[in-house]
Amino acid sequence: MKLGDLELWPVLLLFLVLPLAVAWAEYGDIIINEKAESEGMPPVIFPHWFHRIRFQCSVCHVELGFKPEAGGNYITMDKISQGQFCGACHNGEIAWSPENCDLCHSGERGLETGIKGGHQTSGPGIY
Amino acid sequence: MLRPVVHGLLILSGVGFVSATLLAGNWSTLENDGLHDPSNPSLRLLQDPAHALSVLAPDTAGNKVDWVAAVEQGQIQPRTSIDGSRIPVEHDSDIIMSNTLSLPAVRFPHDSHNSWMACEMCHDRIFKAEIDGNDISMSKILDGEYCGLCHGAVSFPLTECNRCHSVVGEGQLPAADSGAAVDVP
Repeated sequence: MKLGDLELWPVLLLFLVLPLAVAWAEYGDIIINEKAESEGMPPVIFPHWFHRIRFQCSVCHVELGFKPEAGGNYITMDKISQGQFCGACHNGEIAWSPENCDLCHSGERGLETGIKGGHQTSGPGIY
Repeated sequence: MLRPVVHGLLILSGVGFVSATLLAGNWSTLENDGLHDPSNPSLRLLQDPAHALSVLAPDTAGNKVDWVAAVEQGQIQPRTSIDGSRIPVEHDSDIIMSNTLSLPAVRFPHDSHNSWMACEMCHDRIFKAEIDGNDISMSKILDGEYCGLCHGAVSFPLTECNRCHSVVGEGQLPAADSGAAVDVP
């Protein structure tokens, strides 16, 4: 297939294959791995998109006191089981309880704490 | 005889696939998003982004969801507080920021922000609640300060110049956005 002297097959093939090869995190996904992996657990992946469907921003960032900064919160399992941070909802009543370890600790090992989601993500912010 | 037709179909499907992938939803599955461990058996219990996001008001950037429209259209009703009891603030003033050199001035709408946040989210931790009280610049925003705390992280990204720089003055050209070829509602 040609356009003038230009062979188009390689271009077409690239167009078809490239989208299949590209994989990226969802916009606003947070990797939390300050302590997880050093304490033997895989990193936590926090999806903003899932939570914002259910809760306004200020529920977590004002009411629960999450600083909007990846790595800016000292979250421990102790605090979670006492109802702080994630534990305000992840208590087996509003959302699944903390003993479902691998629903949150679901990340690939070796990931660094940060915010992800493609080239358009510049965060984490400064608060 | 059929070759031109086959070629045409191939090109159309290729272009359609690419534009659908790049401009509309291009949500990865959790298994291949580069973050989740595909060998984790619990992944099948978690929701894939496309399952939730593909039915919401579309956008061309960020999550490919127009989150403000999704609330306005009643597609989602995010709780105002843990128990849903906080009364949303009804403060709909617009702030115009016109110190923008050759770019159109910025219109900041309080109302669409109030549909997501209580006042305390921004005031006074990020923005002093006074006109001309904040030394905002694009370089600070790109560094994650002021508007850039959320825009470029979770809210529509900083590639969408014209959504903020929206007050086009006389003799000014509209600002750009990353989806210029696509109608954004």
